[in-house]
Amino acid sequence: MTTDAFPRGKTAIVGVSTFGTGKAPGYEPHDLAAIAARNALREAGLTFADVDGLFYTNSADTFGGGTSFAQYLGIQPKVIDNSRPGGNVFETWLERAAWLLDAGLIDCALIAYGSNQASASGKLARTSQPWPYEARYQPINPVSSYALAAARHMHEFGTTRDQLGAVAVAARQWAMLNPEAFKRDPMTLDDYRASRLVSDPLSVLDCCLVTDGGAAIVMTRADRAADLKAKPVRILSAASGTTHHNISTMPDLTRTALAECGARAYAAAGLGPQDIDVVELYDAFTINTILFLEDLGFCPKGEGGRFVEGGTIAPGGSLPVNTNGGGLSCTHPGMYGLFTIIEAVRQLRGTCGERQVAGARTAIAQGNGGVLSAQALAILATD
Amino acid sequence: MPDSIAEIKPDEQFTAFLAEGRFMIQRGVETGTHVFFPRVVAPVTGEDLEWVEASGHGTVYSTTVVRKRPPEPSLNIALIDLAEGPRMMSRVEGIDAADVRIGMAVRARIVTAEDGPLVVFVPQDALDGKDAA
Repeated sequence: MTTDAFPRGKTAIVGVSTFGTGKAPGYEPHDLAAIAARNALREAGLTFADVDGLFYTNSADTFGGGTSFAQYLGIQPKVIDNSRPGGNVFETWLERAAWLLDAGLIDCALIAYGSNQASASGKLARTSQPWPYEARYQPINPVSSYALAAARHMHEFGTTRDQLGAVAVAARQWAMLNPEAFKRDPMTLDDYRASRLVSDPLSVLDCCLVTDGGAAIVMTRADRAADLKAKPVRILSAASGTTHHNISTMPDLTRTALAECGARAYAAAGLGPQDIDVVELYDAFTINTILFLEDLGFCPKGEGGRFVEGGTIAPGGSLPVNTNGGGLSCTHPGMYGLFTIIEAVRQLRGTCGERQVAGARTAIAQGNGGVLSAQALAILATD
Repeated sequence: MPDSIAEIKPDEQFTAFLAEGRFMIQRGVETGTHVFFPRVVAPVTGEDLEWVEASGHGTVYSTTVVRKRPPEPSLNIALIDLAEGPRMMSRVEGIDAADVRIGMAVRARIVTAEDGPLVVFVPQDALDGKDAA
């Protein structure tokens, strides 16, 4: 088997839904995920009873989150996956579901997530246990870990605060076109410059939102997808990779695992960055967008800061990136990876209204986990 | 199973060495590759490990300032590349948190934190002409 093997175009996303992506008080994580799951299945003309592969986690998950959600939905799936490498897991689940569908082990995959972190605690849900070899120095994680990556990128490549600011401003400009986005008030580079530093060089406006939110997607084999209600979006490829868990063991803070797994995904899809119309990246922090654009080949390593200047990735720019407003301005319920897939699907369906990218035929949906630790992406295309 | 594996209790021994004033890291007995954080077996190769005293020499690989609400002072967080090869998280003391620079030569010292002995670093420049801690 070659390293770029994938059942290219053999599976499709046939339903997507988000629910409660700002504040959703009164709901438990399962509730939010269940509503999104019901609505995503309904788009395809399916119900919970059709699901035989369940891929699930939530903001309060510990042990048995998958079986607990299957119980909530009243189903006994053949496959339940509840692994938790981080917010990238949804692209990794999409990758695994494609293989399982293609192999015939399952016929209908539901990938779902629910979070009430904003209403429950008002803070980012704790995503990992403190590790003494870092925690004793009292970093504010995850922000300090990303700050260390940003500082290193600035040192090696001359990246500036204003270039990070260009990422934040572009995200807000997209969010202003998206009725579902949580932050829609105008934001300028001056606003960005004035925002309070949290962990240098990152300020409040470099950091993602803290919201609630549920999300779900439904996948089937492409031959069955054609008979369902919604317009299917084909999965050309998907790939995952990891480099570390804690930031102090990341080999190179300016190069993520996307450089390696991105290349595998492009090879399997038979496409390159020049062929991609829409890019949905996991922008937990502004530096993410710069690192991921470089690692996915949209610009050379080190050029990401200069690439995003001047509105390149903003509405009207040459490369539409994070068209929903991203984790920075649309929603970030703790694990954001499913939302990049959903926005990519909506762009490829052509249902994005004011923020629609005209003629979008291909998209990347990317996921990031931990502190740049685990990466995954999917390359999607119109049917 | 070699006895040396059974003899290594990584976290317990690392902390006990620090209490004796010794900053110890580990080294693979076959390849000689240095290892930090402490483990029972070497990463990648799985070879046995032995404790060796770190030189204490390091270079700042990256740095950030955790901003606190005044009057609490801001806190430096740094990644230090040890002369032996491994990288570790620590902080640079003795200068303003915001004055720590990537590439700065630093030296380890052991301080007493609320929860026990802790390895921190000070700028090499501040030690020139003085005894290293």
